[in-house]
Amino acid sequence: MRTNPRIINTLVRWGLNAQAYFTVAILVVIIGIIFFKGFPQVNFGFILSFPQDMGRHGGIFPAIVGTIQLALLSILLATPLGVGTAIFLTEYTRESAFTKLIRFGVESLAGIPSILYGLFGFIFFVIKLRMGWSLLAGVLTLTIMILPTIIRTSEEAIRAVPRQLRIVSYSLSASKWETIKKVVLPAAMPGILTGIMLSIGRAVGETAAIIFTMGSSLRLPLSLMESGRTMAVHFYILAREGISMEKAYGTAVVLVLSILFINIIAYYIMNKTIARYS
Amino acid sequence: MIDRTVLKEHFVKWVLVAFALSSLLFLFLIFAFILGEGLPLFLKVGAKKIIFGMKWAPTKGYFGIFPMIISSFLVTLGALTIGAPLGLSCAIYLSEYSGKRMKMLLKPAIELLAGIPSVVFGFLGVIYIVPLVRNYLGGSGFSLISTSLVLGVMILPTIISISFDALVSVPKTYREASAAMGATKWQTIYKVIIPSAKSGILASFILGMGRAIGETMAVIMIAGNALKIPTSLLDPLRTLTGNIALELAYATGDHRLALFSTGVVLMIIIMALNYIANFGIKRKIAK
Repeated sequence: MRTNPRIINTLVRWGLNAQAYFTVAILVVIIGIIFFKGFPQVNFGFILSFPQDMGRHGGIFPAIVGTIQLALLSILLATPLGVGTAIFLTEYTRESAFTKLIRFGVESLAGIPSILYGLFGFIFFVIKLRMGWSLLAGVLTLTIMILPTIIRTSEEAIRAVPRQLRIVSYSLSASKWETIKKVVLPAAMPGILTGIMLSIGRAVGETAAIIFTMGSSLRLPLSLMESGRTMAVHFYILAREGISMEKAYGTAVVLVLSILFINIIAYYIMNKTIARYS
Repeated sequence: MIDRTVLKEHFVKWVLVAFALSSLLFLFLIFAFILGEGLPLFLKVGAKKIIFGMKWAPTKGYFGIFPMIISSFLVTLGALTIGAPLGLSCAIYLSEYSGKRMKMLLKPAIELLAGIPSVVFGFLGVIYIVPLVRNYLGGSGFSLISTSLVLGVMILPTIISISFDALVSVPKTYREASAAMGATKWQTIYKVIIPSAKSGILASFILGMGRAIGETMAVIMIAGNALKIPTSLLDPLRTLTGNIALELAYATGDHRLALFSTGVVLMIIIMALNYIANFGIKRKIAK
């Protein structure tokens, strides 16, 4: 006897529906646990004071500052490089062996796992270039790591700018670079910003590549050559070495909240852009 | 005299070429330095003794990483066993069934899941999954199955978003033709849409594998990091990535070189997976 295809159809629909809700539930549970356990630990003192006794007491101020320094400096380096690459790929060449080669490079960089970036940053920046465990070594490693994201999102954003805008600009006798600077880039800016925000989110959450390049000093890094610690690294050390579960949860809340906030802004900008072009 | 604007245009173009070349330069540097540190030990000790060696005691001259290679593949397969069906179901639901409101909920939820740092997954794994496995299944809880569970969830966003793209790009006419012949929605999905999106779906699995095999921080927190090939789902294990992360901070001499050799093996596996995935995706576009 064959089962009625309509019954199977309904059962499948229910099954798929349940799995979709299950995926959302995973996210809700993860965020729920972190918030529920962590919020009681967080107050102004926790955010603004220095850790004491390896982080067993006190706050996470240097880790917050370290995270901001690392994220902003690597964005500052990666954005011109990434947007520049995207402009070159979209505006200055046709598809050729050369662009294929560059795309291959970008794709490969995107596929490399963060521990290999850590390994590379450790041997190249920390040891061979004698930077030691330092903010600078962390920034340079992270710059390379987030570059593919910025290139891809910028390229998509620039491609989405309508051709007519460029043609009008040329007809007003603007040069190519003037057109890009005054017409194309402003129109593509929301998309580029989305890429930048996503990269910041990635920088804030990264651990494996940072711990071997920036190190894990608990002091506030006051120069590029000093070691420091990001929130993610601080959280990892607190949890793994069992220093303090309360402080680990507290750090996790600040960490996850910042990343959620950054990503939500990114999607807000993206959705607004999609709405405008369609 | 050359016009200043023309000069500036040329200048800008060459700067942009240099920027574009920087990605290639970085890739070259990464390859050169990881290979440069990792290969000498292969020549000195012999590739066979490293890749198929069973014993890892780098300070005593044993550099065998075979158990870690096997372990890396085992957790990856475990992650795929969990992540692939769940991820594909979500992708099918999103592209074929969900209404606009559910889509508005699911898509950002998946993106946010992708944004959660791996240390957070590792931490929650240690606090909740490991004791669960210890209490109900036995062993220490730091095990193949705990690691697979957590990694399975971590690779969901990759699998969902890439197979969703593949499913959505199946032309609408296929669906209409199938429906016109009296097929139910599921028959259409099963017999028409999934086969036409096959290469993209496979690519999503392979990229998910790449993500799982490269994952580090969550794995070292949950896997238990024991130095042998796991014989059951409840055994602890150490992956290639874990080996690097656990020992890099204090390793010196040949020990450090051995960690770079581990990195070389990892890099070759990842490159192969990415190549296969990109090949699959490209074939889909060509079609």
